[in-house]
Amino acid sequence: MQVALSWLDYLILLTYTGFVVGIGFALKKYMKSSSDFLTSGRSLPTWVTGLAFISANLGALELVGMAASGAKYGIIQANFYWVGAIPAMVFLAVFMMPFYYGSKARSVPEYLKMRFDERVRTLNSISFAVMTVFSSGISMNALAKLLHLLLGWNYNISLWICSAVVLLYVLKGGLTSAIYTEVLQFFMIVLGFAPVVYLGLKDVGGYHAMTELLKGVATNPASLHLREAGITYRPDAWTSVWKPLLAGPAYNTMGVDWFAMVFGLGFVLSFGYWCTNFLVVQRAMAARNMTAARNTPLVASVPKMFFPALVILPGMIAVALMAIPDKGYRIPAPILDNAVYAKAMAVVAADASAPADQAFNDVSAAVGKKMDAAKVAALVKDYAANPLPPDVFQDRLWNAVAEYDYDGTILSLVKRYCPPGLLGLALTGLLASFMSGMAGNVTAFNTVWTYDLYQAYFAPNRSDSHYMRMGQMMTVVGILLSIACAYFASLYNNAMDVIQLVFAFVNAPLFATFVLGMFWKRTTGTGAFLGLIFGTAASCVVHAVTISEGNPPGMKGGYLGVLHTFPSEMAQNFWLAICAFLICLILTAGISLATQRTKSDEELKGLVYSLTPKIRDEGTPWIQRPAVLGTVLIAVCVLLNFIFR
Amino acid sequence: MGLDIRWPIGLLFSLVGLLMTIYGIATNGDAAMYHRSLDININLIWGIVLLIFGVFMLLMANRHKNDPGSPDRK
Repeated sequence: MQVALSWLDYLILLTYTGFVVGIGFALKKYMKSSSDFLTSGRSLPTWVTGLAFISANLGALELVGMAASGAKYGIIQANFYWVGAIPAMVFLAVFMMPFYYGSKARSVPEYLKMRFDERVRTLNSISFAVMTVFSSGISMNALAKLLHLLLGWNYNISLWICSAVVLLYVLKGGLTSAIYTEVLQFFMIVLGFAPVVYLGLKDVGGYHAMTELLKGVATNPASLHLREAGITYRPDAWTSVWKPLLAGPAYNTMGVDWFAMVFGLGFVLSFGYWCTNFLVVQRAMAARNMTAARNTPLVASVPKMFFPALVILPGMIAVALMAIPDKGYRIPAPILDNAVYAKAMAVVAADASAPADQAFNDVSAAVGKKMDAAKVAALVKDYAANPLPPDVFQDRLWNAVAEYDYDGTILSLVKRYCPPGLLGLALTGLLASFMSGMAGNVTAFNTVWTYDLYQAYFAPNRSDSHYMRMGQMMTVVGILLSIACAYFASLYNNAMDVIQLVFAFVNAPLFATFVLGMFWKRTTGTGAFLGLIFGTAASCVVHAVTISEGNPPGMKGGYLGVLHTFPSEMAQNFWLAICAFLICLILTAGISLATQRTKSDEELKGLVYSLTPKIRDEGTPWIQRPAVLGTVLIAVCVLLNFIFR
Repeated sequence: MGLDIRWPIGLLFSLVGLLMTIYGIATNGDAAMYHRSLDININLIWGIVLLIFGVFMLLMANRHKNDPGSPDRK
């Protein structure tokens, strides 16, 4: 899996690094107050905040994960964009940004304090702060591992150097630095990966040829070891978004029903993420005026809509390539330890004259993975005739593994198609998105800590320069905590899975709180606080009593007994979110009706829809009006869904 | 913010585009190297694309150099 970089690739990488650090230093002289540092002084144009908005979301893990899902599930994964993002982004722009931006809140938790009370703010800011640190750590761990596997770089050195670069430019230029490098990263990713997608598509013979190949794969996915033997799908399972979904969970690759997809992903999860996550909303809050702030998510949704071509398509290309044996391509197998190779080599040598099925079973047991029978038989035969040198043996054994490390898909394509030069560009894009992911998390973390926890509880009424210093200090702390989390993730993989599960529980009910708070003035602080807590508890309980097919009760749910079995993990997640949302919604509403309002209509002005004067944008040209743009974007999105139905 | 982001974007991509273009010209006809990119000199082609993009960004930045900001600036 290793690739060798040429001097030109290193030069491109260094040039990029030089530029991001340079941007940090160039911005240093503009950092005069805590609001310059933590909120960009609300001064940026729409196209900059818009691209940063989408870039903050397009982390490297997304890039890697979407290609993986494109291979695993096919084009149905585009639902995460066309159903699970665009509507929520338009909603944020048209309906919610006026409250976030108009209230002058410096963060999403601060809005919650203005709308409800200190308890809701604290609950949200603590869970958010912990979450940013962990997600930044998880992604840095993935980066260092990747650099180790791909380039043979030392894990520790890559981790610390990348973190140091991020620290340098965030410390100098604050949020503006992070936003500027996100814009740079956006172009780096798009321009770095577009040629790879083009070459891949050309290699399989164009889009139409690819869909024909994938139709064959869908009817017999076991032939490529994509599914267990015996599972078949409709021919359009990998190439249609809606038809397999509407046919039912048994007919689509994800095993979900359309209602869970539309309501669970498209409404609960998607609105919960896009409309309440401070990491992305912070970018819109940095815009220079209300129109720019509202148009930020709209600008972002244009590239978002077309990203499936950049991130999901490579996974589909990879599967189509595997369906052409001549191409000699496969999605890489999971990495095997040297001990496994040694053990397997001994078995292959010992089974030289054994019957084929016995040799196959022995080798499979030694490797501990599913193996391809024909390739194992050929390997045993060749080894018996003439012992292979260790590196050839390792290569062939690894190739005979009939399981895939789907996360390696995108890099295997980069490796396959990129000559020196282009390789440097694509890898720089990848590295850039890891680093800017860390920067994004750290800038959200230091703002929430400084304004929502430190200023609120530890040191109110200090001078602005005091908070500015605190913001800078928390940048260092945030990065150190991320590094600690990266090490934690590399050591305790399972603990990390639990932590991410807990985040999913916390996030699921969030949108209910916001939607009630923004659109119903009767919602009280106590209602919101208890609703959130019980909504989270509800998702824990639902998880504890349901399971998805094929999973034993335990980490994946069902540890308190199994009341319901979902056809897939994804269906379980979507329904979990739906339950948490509904319970939070009902409880918040119920408790609000049973408790006294603590904020008067006057205090809620600018925070609740019915008490806020409508924004009159007749003065702005139609091309800048969020409602008009939003409608156009939704129409284009519907059209895309229709074309790829 | 005082720094127009179009300057660094323009400079970065002009520079990288230039590097790739020169490298593409220097290695033009290297069949072994460009076999993997389906016998296309992708460095030359894409280098030129990046260069055009970079120069375009620089031109935009230069055009707005003395701009106090768009009309909707508060």
